[in-house]
Amino acid sequence: MIFIEDKQMVIPGDVLADKEYQSGRGTFKEDDKICSSLVGLVAVRDKKISVIPLQSKYIPKRGDVVIGEITDIRFSMWNLDINSPYSGILPASDVFGKEKRDLNKAFNVGDVLFLRVVDVDEVKKVKLGLKGRGLGKFRDGILIYITPTKVPRLIGKKGSMINMIKDETKCEVVVGQNGVVWVKGDPSMERVAEKVINMIEEQAHTSGLTDRVRNMLFELLGKEIPEKEEKPEATEEAADEEEENG
Amino acid sequence: MITIISNEILGKNSTSSKRADGRASDELRPFKIEAGVLQRADGSAYLELGGNKVIVAVYGPRELHIRRLMQPDRAVLRCRYNMAPFSVDDRKRPGPDRRSVEISKITSEALMPAVFLEKFPRSTIDVFIEVLEAEGGTRCAGITAASVALADAGVPMHDLVVACAAGKSEGEVVVDLSEVEDKNGEADVPVAIIPRTGEITLLQSDGNLTPEEFEKALNLAIDGCMKLSEAQKEAIIRRYGD
Repeated sequence: MIFIEDKQMVIPGDVLADKEYQSGRGTFKEDDKICSSLVGLVAVRDKKISVIPLQSKYIPKRGDVVIGEITDIRFSMWNLDINSPYSGILPASDVFGKEKRDLNKAFNVGDVLFLRVVDVDEVKKVKLGLKGRGLGKFRDGILIYITPTKVPRLIGKKGSMINMIKDETKCEVVVGQNGVVWVKGDPSMERVAEKVINMIEEQAHTSGLTDRVRNMLFELLGKEIPEKEEKPEATEEAADEEEENG
Repeated sequence: MITIISNEILGKNSTSSKRADGRASDELRPFKIEAGVLQRADGSAYLELGGNKVIVAVYGPRELHIRRLMQPDRAVLRCRYNMAPFSVDDRKRPGPDRRSVEISKITSEALMPAVFLEKFPRSTIDVFIEVLEAEGGTRCAGITAASVALADAGVPMHDLVVACAAGKSEGEVVVDLSEVEDKNGEADVPVAIIPRTGEITLLQSDGNLTPEEFEKALNLAIDGCMKLSEAQKEAIIRRYGD
């Protein structure tokens, strides 16, 4: 027995289904019933039911790429705010190797870095690293904070949404999985990108978003809105969903 | 975003009741709940229940800096109940007092069983309850609004905790005591429940009641909770619209 439909909005305590279904993320089991633990949209995949939250905090996971801001310099490491209930640390050895150097000379408090989560241990100590392509310090640009669960929607199917924003605003855009977005470009374009990203966050749970974003971009940039391309809406939506679950 | 219910519409219901504001014994004061009223909080809610006006902000789960409070296996739920100096007829001296410290503690204990605290070890969830106007039953109003704000903040929960009081006024057992009924009445029983399972997370009793009266008061309070529970759910769904 299932009591809800796919993509329906649920709130904590809603009974979703009976025991023949599996309980996925955002749900819990009680007396053979599967209930929602979050405010979010239901996703039914085969026999597995999960709830995708509309609002959440970032919980660090090994392998994620995140954007963090340095909050403190300690003897042999930096402390970073990664927009999460747990702060991250970047060991000095990860930047200098075995060499001993002054930490202030590399990064200072307030610097924004693009990092990889190297390890999260059982006491939730988040170790960060800078080894990898494109990782490092950002210069200038602005930061935009969104809910981490909406990151897949902002990126879109194979990066379609984010590439559209990049192309139209001529800005560099980097999205961290912790819901921090870094944008750099012409100041007026940065503002356009910020508006669009905030709009995506607000409307992430609605359908037909890509078209609305395109229209908004053209409107803000004062361009003519081109004829709407005939594209089957359904397939695009399905693809977005896939990305959301990935 | 916030519209204020004027106090004039109160007490214009039936004339048959003995209650001061003309309500039936199982009738709640008019109420309204709104979710997501604060920009900068992770979650927030505004609740009006008769002359009570309560605003709740939730922050977190966030990093806990106070080491001695930290729990290695779960988050801590910190609540602060605060009455504004202008919330009552005589000016309330600002700052925590014995009453607000007690209410902060029982609020946190009433909400805790419903929240999945074990999902966020070593962190904290902060709940701030600000009473803007008080007219009896603010602790229950605070708990009801706080669980809406927690849901709005995306905190995983078993269910939305809801609270309602019942008591005895002028010899009659009634639900949702107003300030006058509370002050002149014989007893006050605030109750908080997890509506889906019916578990009671808060039960206080102030005053004298016979076992029969207590049972009746408890049942009235639970009925009141169920009515408020519907409004809580609507408030969250309305926040995101369709």
